[in-house]
Amino acid sequence: MDNYLPILIVLTLASAYGFWYQRSRGTVKVKSSTKTAITPSDIGGELGSRVTLVQFSSTFCTPCRATRALLTDITADLDDVKHIDIDAEKNLDLVRRLDIRSTPTTLVIDKSGVEVGRAVGAPKRAEVLATLSAIK
Amino acid sequence: MTITQVLKFDTKCDVKLIDARGPRFGAILTAIVLAAILASASLPLLIWQLSVFAIGAFVGPQATPYAWIYRTFVKPRLRGDVPTEDTRPPQFAQVVGFLFALTATVALILEASLVFDVAIGFALAAAFLNAAFNFCLGCEMYLLIARAQGAVSQRKNREDSYNLPSL
Repeated sequence: MDNYLPILIVLTLASAYGFWYQRSRGTVKVKSSTKTAITPSDIGGELGSRVTLVQFSSTFCTPCRATRALLTDITADLDDVKHIDIDAEKNLDLVRRLDIRSTPTTLVIDKSGVEVGRAVGAPKRAEVLATLSAIK
Repeated sequence: MTITQVLKFDTKCDVKLIDARGPRFGAILTAIVLAAILASASLPLLIWQLSVFAIGAFVGPQATPYAWIYRTFVKPRLRGDVPTEDTRPPQFAQVVGFLFALTATVALILEASLVFDVAIGFALAAAFLNAAFNFCLGCEMYLLIARAQGAVSQRKNREDSYNLPSL
């Protein structure tokens, strides 16, 4: 006798997670964290003069490529915004300190190194542009 | 039509790119087969899916029978731009699927039905999420594993240093 109940349970739970996943991934969440600021030595380079977009990537990550292309494209025209791509796996101490749990995660850092926003998953162009224009 | 026609090599780094719709189509078939396995507890069907995962994990996601079905029957009917992806993320998902299917196979042979249900349940959830929501398993799982591994080796190092004779 076939039992269809486990399928129903699994698909219901997975769908609930899936809708949450689709809604939460890629949106830029504004943060007002008072955690320790990020320094140039953390990210292996100078901060941007207005904003730095610090992207964490990993090997087994399809949207990391799209995110890299998008952020490179956006920052190409903006002299005061810098994009840095960090291999999460090689920087586990930093990953723990900043509580990065999945890739791609993009941190929006202001000129003093304070995290003002965070996008988990591939961010949307319009949202990144809106976030950037709101930072002085 | 062979997969090599859709393969491109990134000149910057040696990354193999495939049609990203292939693994997603494979996830649809995988989810259907896993649902059938969960309902019927059929050992032959489970061994079939275990073999598919093994090919995907150890040869590559473009070498599975599901990828062949995609190339032969589905891809010729699709139009538009070909979205590409690195082979490594879907390959990581195949490795995870293989481990769950292997656990389920052992559980089924030993008649541990709860372990079987949980293992196939997780594999089904992952395949369904990939098919329906374009879920990236490697994105969500890999860093957590790396973080956990790093924490374990850090603790080991600390324990080793505790055991050193104090000078």
